[in-house]
Amino acid sequence: MTTISPITENQEIEESSEHLDHHDYRLFGLGAFLIADGMTFAGFFAAYLTFKAVNPLLPDSIYELELALPTLNTILLLVSSATFHRAGKALKSDQARLCQRWLLVTALLGLAFLASQMIEYFSLPFGLTDNLYASTFYAVTGFHGLHVTLGTFMIFIVWWQTRIPGGRVKKENMFPLEAAELYWHFVDGIWVILFIIFYLL
Amino acid sequence: MTISIPPTSKQPQESIQPRGWLRYFSFSLDHKVIGLQYLVCGFIFYLVGGALAGAIRIELASPISDFMPRDVYNQVLTLHGTIMIFLWIVPVVNGAFGNYLIPFYVGARDMAFPRLNAVAFWLIPPAGLMLISSYFITGSAQSGWTAYPPLSISTPAAGQIIWILSVLLLGGSSIFGGINFIATILKLRRPGLLLMQLPMYCWAMLGTSILVVLSTPVLAGTLILLSFDIVAHTGFFNPVLGGNVIVYQHLFWFYSHPAVYIMVLPAFGLVSEILPVHCRKPLFGYVTMVYSIMAIVGLGLVVWAHHMFTSGTPPWMRLFFTIATSFIAVPTGIKFFNWVATLWGGRISLNSAVLFSCGFIVNFVLGGITGVALAQVPFDVHVHDTYFVVAHFHYIVYGGSVFVIFSSVYHWYPKFTGRMLNENLGRFHFFLTFVGFNLCFAPQHWLGLNGMPRRVAEYDPQFTFVNQLSSVGALLMALSTLPFLFNIINSILRGKVSGDNPWNALTPEWLTSSPPPVENWLGDPPLVTEPYGYGITKEPNVEDLTEGDNTGASTK
Amino acid sequence: MRFPLPNPSAIFTLLLCIGLAIAGIWVGDNVNLLPIDASTNAPVYDELFRVLFIIGIILFVGIVGLVVYSLVRFRRRPGELGDGIFIEGNLPLEILWTAVPAIVVLFVGIYSYDIYDRMGGMQPLQFNGHDHHLMVSEERIFGGIGTGAVEASMDQLNAPLPIEVTAMQFAFLFHYPKGDILSGELHVPTGQPVMMRMESKDVIHAFWVPEFRLKQDIIPGQPTILNFTPTKPGRYPIICAELCGPYHGGMRSTVVVEDPDQFQEWFGKNAKETSLEA
Ligand code: HEA
Ligand code: HEA
Ligand code: CUA
Ligand SMILES: [Cu+2]
Repeated sequence: MTTISPITENQEIEESSEHLDHHDYRLFGLGAFLIADGMTFAGFFAAYLTFKAVNPLLPDSIYELELALPTLNTILLLVSSATFHRAGKALKSDQARLCQRWLLVTALLGLAFLASQMIEYFSLPFGLTDNLYASTFYAVTGFHGLHVTLGTFMIFIVWWQTRIPGGRVKKENMFPLEAAELYWHFVDGIWVILFIIFYLL
Repeated sequence: MTISIPPTSKQPQESIQPRGWLRYFSFSLDHKVIGLQYLVCGFIFYLVGGALAGAIRIELASPISDFMPRDVYNQVLTLHGTIMIFLWIVPVVNGAFGNYLIPFYVGARDMAFPRLNAVAFWLIPPAGLMLISSYFITGSAQSGWTAYPPLSISTPAAGQIIWILSVLLLGGSSIFGGINFIATILKLRRPGLLLMQLPMYCWAMLGTSILVVLSTPVLAGTLILLSFDIVAHTGFFNPVLGGNVIVYQHLFWFYSHPAVYIMVLPAFGLVSEILPVHCRKPLFGYVTMVYSIMAIVGLGLVVWAHHMFTSGTPPWMRLFFTIATSFIAVPTGIKFFNWVATLWGGRISLNSAVLFSCGFIVNFVLGGITGVALAQVPFDVHVHDTYFVVAHFHYIVYGGSVFVIFSSVYHWYPKFTGRMLNENLGRFHFFLTFVGFNLCFAPQHWLGLNGMPRRVAEYDPQFTFVNQLSSVGALLMALSTLPFLFNIINSILRGKVSGDNPWNALTPEWLTSSPPPVENWLGDPPLVTEPYGYGITKEPNVEDLTEGDNTGASTK
Repeated sequence: MRFPLPNPSAIFTLLLCIGLAIAGIWVGDNVNLLPIDASTNAPVYDELFRVLFIIGIILFVGIVGLVVYSLVRFRRRPGELGDGIFIEGNLPLEILWTAVPAIVVLFVGIYSYDIYDRMGGMQPLQFNGHDHHLMVSEERIFGGIGTGAVEASMDQLNAPLPIEVTAMQFAFLFHYPKGDILSGELHVPTGQPVMMRMESKDVIHAFWVPEFRLKQDIIPGQPTILNFTPTKPGRYPIICAELCGPYHGGMRSTVVVEDPDQFQEWFGKNAKETSLEA
């Protein structure tokens, strides 16, 4: 049987029309996008692991990656996740200045990561086209680096928007900050997996 | 339980947006406009892809390579496959009908992210034009729609790179669309509407969008690696540099097998909407339908290597993928039997929409059965990469998805335009298509079994006659588009006015004017808890009412 | 709620199903869609094909019959108004049509596993052809159709004939390590297992002989194995079945299956080291 009724006694509707920014489903959409993005990395990781299993290198051409710099990188990113979280908390409790400071720290940590990644690239004895592993290494870390770059940009924009008078990021509109934060945590998570697969395994 | 609907206070920018037919050429944010943009754009690409198919069939009407040079043949078949899949079936069954119908079905005034929606659409025409124009600039890609390396690395680079770029754009468009559908279905439902009360097409689109989000990015990543191999001379898939060509195939099919369900699950959903209306009966087995969609989604992700049975995969892998693939027949079968049960005991109007839907059932069952045969490794080692496979998938993509698209156009045309299509022309269109289609593709099964490989411009003369039969069938199919086109254009101009709900349908898109107003309903969106409640005795008792409110259209 | 379908009598339905099954089996037995069978696994293949064909016909005709019957029987006649019956589902029926395809599919899967095993598809892969190479057992082989029949007849009476196949755009090259013969045509004797190791020089190709019901991709950088035992003398086409460039359609060769003496004659005439017997 069919029930076609106009909306009547639902108070939920009045309630929900108060906050006009459906930010719950904007974050949801971002989450779905990050799952998709994560699948790209999953594809890369699967390819790398298969290469390792099926196309082993000759013993004399194996190069062990140095661990010092990448470990530093991992720490940088993990710390930056925490500082970003602090920034969000600060904004929520209406401490805009504190929030700005934490955001700046996070962005600087991101830049430090990129710099140290560059240093690693230039100190490696192999280049992009040297062999299968070199290519995969550069492609995947490069793709991740691109994500970090984008994320750092986003942090700077959010920072800018909390600073300027009339900026769009404030306690009443947390969405840009939350979105950037979710993205940043995602990029960190990917790095941890990448670190384990490429450096530790 | 706070599901927000878009606030009515937000006035659409009617004053800025162009009015009338012009808005169909604009960056419109209205989901109905975007849906029709997808549909028309897809159909234009269908004509291009069909013209290319015509070129293929002309070439194959004689056993020697005479109609076009051999490398042009390969370009034509690559373009045909790519256009038909990425620019016709996927955008139309997902983008066109999804955008038009889903907001109605969930009781919303637009999609969750209207701007992203418009962006997703507007990625398509440039990508398509780029792909087609590559033929005229440098010669387009010529390694098939699968673009297996090392062939795709060693053929002329420019065409292949343009192909990769446009497939990446189309993949991006598809991912944006998928995210939008998931958010709309899960987050934008009208308050009071339960998931299990949604029309079946919503479930189909939810399943499809999950597949899109999980698998398309893998294709994107793979194609990026492939383009590195071509441009930067890396060696991921280049055996000369130590690369592994089989890894590409795994990654490619990890997307492209789910892609076949991306092409067919929405079609399943559309048929589930069309049949009940014209049979005047509820959709049979709503709950099992939902579960079988989800089962197809799950299984569909773990069967990809059935395209690689001869690629040197290890025996255990072949065995696993044989079993997993075969089991897809079970949930798919449930859907088919449910449709037959929906027909059974109905009051069926034998109009064009029903004919095309039933044609779909018949064709798809045959395509599915040959699919299950192909899934058996020992069977596949003989017919892999032959015309048997070509027959299998045209039975599904054409006999399935394209038939459903036609069926849907006949069904929803009054909604789109407020006018009726001419039924006699529609039936004529159906018979011409059905006969032409079967004449074209049924003989190809025999060709494959007897030794004709696919993707060849020349073949053993013993196959000439059967190939000519097939070409005649293709000619009939080409002719069958004429009554259809004529019907569409003629009806816009002089068709009978349909009224708001010519089919007396109960799904929400019919409970507004035809064509609908900008924000779908003038008043509040209606709450439709039983979209398939046909044939209920006129005076429902109170128990029924309450039951329907809580459980929706579930099995009694 | 009573089951309100216009229920055709159970006996009639049963008879119809039996009739359908018999018709399906008859068609499966009498319609031949395949070329002649010229290797030991071709008859095995044809057996599988027949079973799949019969199942396919029964399912297809059954479902098409139901659809057409419903369309005719339940069509809206002129002047008829009103709706069909309100049935939303029927649990026993739905269980039935989940179970039946599940059983059919399970049967097909197990049966085709058995067939594949009989073709030698599940055997471990190895190629003991090149006596002149030393690292034979070290070599990694990437799939193919295993040694099956070959293993069984490893005794000297019927030792397998090793052949190295090289594919390139757009030709096949066959090398017989014993006798060091290089040929563009494949010559094999009836009744003797053949063991081929295949590798490609450029892009992916595929070796396909429809009369043998066998196909295996030839992959650059990854050697594959294909084994078969020809049974019927004749000339059959070797077809490249993987798109490999503009002349893919022209990439064909011939396999000549001969009686053992005729083969020996051909072999003797072409062999570089006459002392070696195949
Ligand atoms: C919309 C597209 C679509 C769909 C839905 C399918 C559905 C299926 N496909 Fe198909 N397929 C393609 C498009 C599609 N395919 C394409 C494009 C290719 C070629 C790609 C290329 O190489 O270019 C291909 C190739 C392809 C191959 C590889 C062949 C080869 O290259 O060697 C295989 C092998 O397993 C296969 C199997 C199947 C199976 C088992 C299904 C199943 O989902 C079918 C299930 C349906 C049914 C079985 C019918 C209904 C069920 C019943 C009535 C119940 C009773 C039935 C039984 C008990 C059997 N397909
Ligand atoms: C997904 C959907 C889809 C659809 C709908 C079709 C539709 C058709 N296909 Fe397609 N086909 C594929 C997907 C599809 N195909 C794929 C994926 C491949 C594999 C490619 C590869 O191997 O890489 C393939 C390959 C393929 C081959 C094998 C080529 C080969 O291996 O060598 C053949 C051969 O007959 C063929 C024929 C046809 C025909 C006759 C139609 C017909 O149904 C088309 C009917 C439509 C028309 C005839 C249009 C009518 C209109 C006009 C003629 C007017 C034109 C006018 C203007 C442009 C203004 N197709
Ligand atoms: Cu070699 Cu096709
Ligand atoms: Cu598949």
